[in-house]
Formats: sequence, C-alpha cells, structure tokens
Amino acid sequence: MPRVKVARKSTAIDMTAMCDVAFLLLTFFILSAKPKSQDPVKAEIPAATSISTIPETDFATILVGSGKVFFGVEGDDVRKKTLSLMAEKYKLTFTADEANIFSGLQSFGVPISQLHQLLAMSTKDRASLVQPGIHVDTTATNELFDWVHSARVATKFLHDKDLKIGIKGDSQEEYPTIDKVIATLQKQRINRFNLITTLKTAK
Amino acid sequence: MAELDTSGGGKHKGGKVRTKKKNTRVDLTAMVDLAFLLITFFILTTTLNKPKAMELVMPDKSDTTKQLPVPESRTMTLLLGSNHKLEWFVGEPGKTKPAVIGYSDLRKTLVEQDKLIRNSHAAGQGMIVIVSPSDKSVYSDVVTVMDELNITNIDQRAIVKILPVDIDLLKRDNLY
Repeated sequence: MPRVKVARKSTAIDMTAMCDVAFLLLTFFILSAKPKSQDPVKAEIPAATSISTIPETDFATILVGSGKVFFGVEGDDVRKKTLSLMAEKYKLTFTADEANIFSGLQSFGVPISQLHQLLAMSTKDRASLVQPGIHVDTTATNELFDWVHSARVATKFLHDKDLKIGIKGDSQEEYPTIDKVIATLQKQRINRFNLITTLKTAK
Repeated sequence: MAELDTSGGGKHKGGKVRTKKKNTRVDLTAMVDLAFLLITFFILTTTLNKPKAMELVMPDKSDTTKQLPVPESRTMTLLLGSNHKLEWFVGEPGKTKPAVIGYSDLRKTLVEQDKLIRNSHAAGQGMIVIVSPSDKSVYSDVVTVMDELNITNIDQRAIVKILPVDIDLLKRDNLY
C-alpha cells in the first residue's frame, strides 16, 4: 500500500515586507537625526550627573574654548532677526544673501566688524578658519552682551518666549573666561542659565 | 504570499523546447540583517550622545534689598585651586585651618560637615556653601563642585568671587 506523503512546505519566509519596514525605519532615523553641529572650537564638555535635557528651540549656546567665546542661537528666523538687530545697533548693513548665510550658521566667533568677511567665505573655508572669538570683558558694552541681548529681543519678538541660555565650556578651560561670560549674562539680569554637560558614567 | 508566477506554464502542445525561466525571488535575509544593524546603530548613536544641562542659579547682584546676613558658623567655603585640588574651611577665612582635598573626597566632606552643622544648630538651618573658584581652577572643577552640591542636596550655595585672603591661602599650599 502506497504511503500518503505529506507535501513538504518550504521553510523560506518572504522577507519583502520585513525589508520594507526595516528600511522605512532606517530612513526615518536618518532623516530625523540632527547632523552633529560642527563647533568652531573643540570643546570637551565636562561630565555631571544632571539628567535634564536642553531645549531644542529658543535656546542660545555660548561656546567657550581655548580662551575664546563663540555664540550661537537655535532657529533660522531668530538668527536672522538677531543679525538685523545687531546691524541696527552697530550701524552696519547686511545684504539679504549675507543674512541667509548667517541664518545657517550654528555658531560663530568673530568681532562684528569682521562678520562681512566671514559670511563671504565658502563653507569649507569657514570650517577651517580659526576664528578669533567674540570680544568679552566685564563691562556692559562688550559684543557678547549685545549678541545675547539681541537674541533675547528677537526670540521675544518672534516666538513670545524667553530665551534660555546654555554655556558649553571646555573642561580644561580656565575659570576667568567662564567668569567673564557669567558676568556678562548677569549684567543683563540673567541669573539662571544652564551648563551643558555630558552624563557621568558610573565608575 | 505575494509573488509573481514566473514558472514556464507547463508543457505546450507543440513540444517546442522553451528555456526554463528562473525564479526571480531574491533572498532578502542578508539585506534585512543589514538594515536592522544600521537601525540599531542609528538608535544607539542618536540617543546616547545627547548633551545634558545643569541649571546654575547665580545670586542676583542687582537686588540689594533681600540680602540676609550669613552666620559664619554655618558657612563652608570651598577654594578651588590648581591641579584639581581644593581647600575647604568652615567659618571665617584665616581663623580656621583649611584642609586640602581632591575632588573625589569632596562628597564625603560635604556630607560630614553638613551633618555636624545640622546637629549643632536649630532645625532647618543647614550648611551654606560658598564656592570660590580661583583663576587657576578649570571649568570642569566648578561643574564637579556644583554637581556634588546637587547630589548632596545642599541648595544654599553660591559662586562668589575669590578674596585676596583666600588666594594667599592657596598660594601657601602651592595650589595657585
């Protein structure tokens, strides 16, 4: 008597749908990831146990490294408005092209008199340029004071929110530079700000 | 499963020899592996590298009406010197002998002193910490101190400009 054979089913699974999902997720992650901002100076940020995250909008970062101070604010519209306020204050004019380039700058560190030259550069040249840093001292008339103030006015004007300020300092930066930055902020009654840190890993 | 019928379609009557069509299915396993590997990589790199923020509140200099006198017996002063070392003393500068410690011993010292002060004072009167970073200290020292104060829950603290007396103390101990 012939035995009835059970037809063997193939063990291969159709991977098409799984592949689709995987690549969809991959695309999503790549697109949603923010490109790492290229800082004009290398700053190794200190570690602390604080776990609060920094806001993504209405936030300005003061980068301190190698004795120099850099300034950057989030949001293209805020940057543009900040530049126009600064131009007004220092009696300078910036073309629409220059304003557009400026609105794409994450962080910069040149005196405002040299801003024209910085904006005229190609992106590659700008990345390799060693920027001299923004002038800062303990008086209330330094350029960093005006940049921070303009950015605050711009944020209030455009978003009706208070600008939060973070200091991103290099671990090995000597304290006097940080002290000057804090003094500048306190001159305009900013007594509450953030120190940007990385999460300390347990030893 | 969704796949196209690509088989030859059986034998035809005419007996014409047809080349057998090959199956167009591709094995996607390796591709899926790769895709998930990349996803894992992106997830790990984007979430773990996010910088955190530590809030720092400085005393308001412009408001001089709300300044309270500070009892020296409750005040601990930390002088941040060079070489990642600090000096601390309780009370007025010059009257108590300062001790030199490293940052790894700071937490222990803070907890001990806080306990001593709490025991010798009325309830609710904790330790007040004054942090005076000297010009020779680095930024990470200040962050470490503020972090330790956060951990030990000492919220009465302030960063104060260093006094010449304190600089002399640091100089004496070769920390300036």
